[in-house]
Amino acid sequence: MDIKELISSAFEALGLNRTRTALATLGIVIGIAAVITLLSLGKAGQASVESQIQSLGSNLLTIIPGSFRPGDFRSASGTSTTLTLEDAHTIATSPKVHGVKNVSAELQRRAAVQAGRQSVNTSVTGVLPSYKSIRNISLEAGNFLTESDNTSQAKVAVLGPTTASDLFGSTTNAVGQTIRINKISFRVIGVMTSKGGGGLGGNQDDVVLVPLTTAQKQLFGVTYIGSLSVEIADQKQMDSARDEIGYLLLSRHKISDPANADFSIFSQADILSTINQVTGTFTALLSGIAAISLLVGGIGIMNIMLVTVVERTREIGLRKALGATSKVVVAQFLTEAVILTIMGGILGMLLGTMLSFIISKVIGLPFVLDPVSVALALGVSGILGILFGWYPARQAAKLSPIEALRYE
Amino acid sequence: MEESAAPAGEPESKLDDNMISVTHLSKIYKNDSTETLALNNVSFKVAKGEFVAIMGPSGSGKSTLMHILGALDSPTKGSYILDGTDISKLSDDDLAKIRNQKIGFVFQAYNLLPRTTALKNVMLPMLYAGISEDQRVAAATKFLKMVGLGDRLQNHSNQLSGGQQQRVAIARSLVMSPSILLADEPTGNLATAQSEEIMEIFEKLNHDGHTILIITHELEIAAHAKRTISLRDGRIVEDKNNGHKKWTSKN
Repeated sequence: MDIKELISSAFEALGLNRTRTALATLGIVIGIAAVITLLSLGKAGQASVESQIQSLGSNLLTIIPGSFRPGDFRSASGTSTTLTLEDAHTIATSPKVHGVKNVSAELQRRAAVQAGRQSVNTSVTGVLPSYKSIRNISLEAGNFLTESDNTSQAKVAVLGPTTASDLFGSTTNAVGQTIRINKISFRVIGVMTSKGGGGLGGNQDDVVLVPLTTAQKQLFGVTYIGSLSVEIADQKQMDSARDEIGYLLLSRHKISDPANADFSIFSQADILSTINQVTGTFTALLSGIAAISLLVGGIGIMNIMLVTVVERTREIGLRKALGATSKVVVAQFLTEAVILTIMGGILGMLLGTMLSFIISKVIGLPFVLDPVSVALALGVSGILGILFGWYPARQAAKLSPIEALRYE
Repeated sequence: MEESAAPAGEPESKLDDNMISVTHLSKIYKNDSTETLALNNVSFKVAKGEFVAIMGPSGSGKSTLMHILGALDSPTKGSYILDGTDISKLSDDDLAKIRNQKIGFVFQAYNLLPRTTALKNVMLPMLYAGISEDQRVAAATKFLKMVGLGDRLQNHSNQLSGGQQQRVAIARSLVMSPSILLADEPTGNLATAQSEEIMEIFEKLNHDGHTILIITHELEIAAHAKRTISLRDGRIVEDKNNGHKKWTSKN
């Protein structure tokens, strides 16, 4: 019996009860849509994080105070005060560390920022002039902070584009305007170009940058710094530089055992792999849930196919009497089941693509449609049809033609 | 018991001339503790071109016999040779092939696929034989015309009257050029006038050389056949020529 005839008669049979056919595929539609949406949103999230981390600058080592050794709660990150500007200067100038191109020290806090009647609560970061090149920052208008701003604790600020438009509207030039941070007036000297993105790690466009010393002394009244960024000239020197910086800081902090270090050093690759691990776990978890919904959908198909077999007992008997072998009967019902699930797969794929498009637009992620996940969805739905159609099809094939013909 | 009453002019004895040869056929249904002997040592032969009615009250074993003759079931004991092939010990799939190629079924309830055209219904057995679509359409059209439904090819089976449906079923039974036609109470669901029409078609088919077995409990229907085998309690109790019929064919 040829495939074409099998498929057309399967469509005829499925067309006889459209409502039921539609309901039977619904489980698969939802399952596949869930899988596609989760996979493509996962991919989009990952791509967005990767591009953000890339835009932070590669070849970057980040040093933060406190230890991330598991089980150690003495010095939770952010509350430690062990890094100072002196550490930054030492790393920049020490002959023991090789390949250092740039060092930037940062102190970041959230603060209320006002301009006229507008007020936003945003991230205020004290930085050194080297921050500009380390973080690949370019300016839309005005200038960046200078060394003399830093030494003089000047009350000047560079705004992220989002902050600028939040405070002054998108039409007004923010440069030259005055803002108040924690009630202290600052003059805006520059506005950054947009880096895009958002999500993890905060919006890079919604920031206020001020000189580090100003932040320490004028704004927050502290002497320590929040983190250190070290740009290494060559990717190949990353590992050795990391070790050298580590030992340098240990000796500066008079710690003999590296296990007791009061700071942690990350490379961008570390952060990337940690984030990938987290998103991977989430994706796996959600995929598990999606797989369960596919399983339920498949059981729905099996249920409907079993009902169909009972309903069509006489037809099966007739077909067998007219010469249909067991194989042909199995093929007929398997074809119906597979068409059901593949139809569900296609609909689910469309729905999932639509959903992930809408969701990625709403939460501001790039829209990534992974062709592998589409192929996977179709393949999986086909396999589901075979798996869950097999038992009902066998039941149909096992029917004795005599009993089946007698069935009322 | 009369043994094999072949129509005059056709030599008996040679195995090749027997379309059906049933020897010492028994069928026992086992049901946990009880055994039912549905057919008890039945033997008979049917020659090519015969028109045989198998009669008997319910419980006589005629349905069991029909199932075995139709290759829908296998006998417990004995042999059944159909058109030169011993089919008493074949596998299910081989039996399906025999049913497809050698047996044309006509059922009491017509058993057409609902919401399917007359043409597609008649094409169905050819589909299982792997015949090409062009040939299927040509043959199905030919046989539907033959039973007088040339203008109903595209009608769905449920849009046809009972008599018309049974004629579609007859066309379907003929498309594979089977060795025998097996009709199980073919007029059981029909009014008298339509019954007569159907039986006339069978008579004509028999006249054209088809071997026909018809299972019935109605004497009037059996009277259309040239030979009647009567069953009771799983045994053949009578096997007689319907003499008058034999000589009054309508040519």
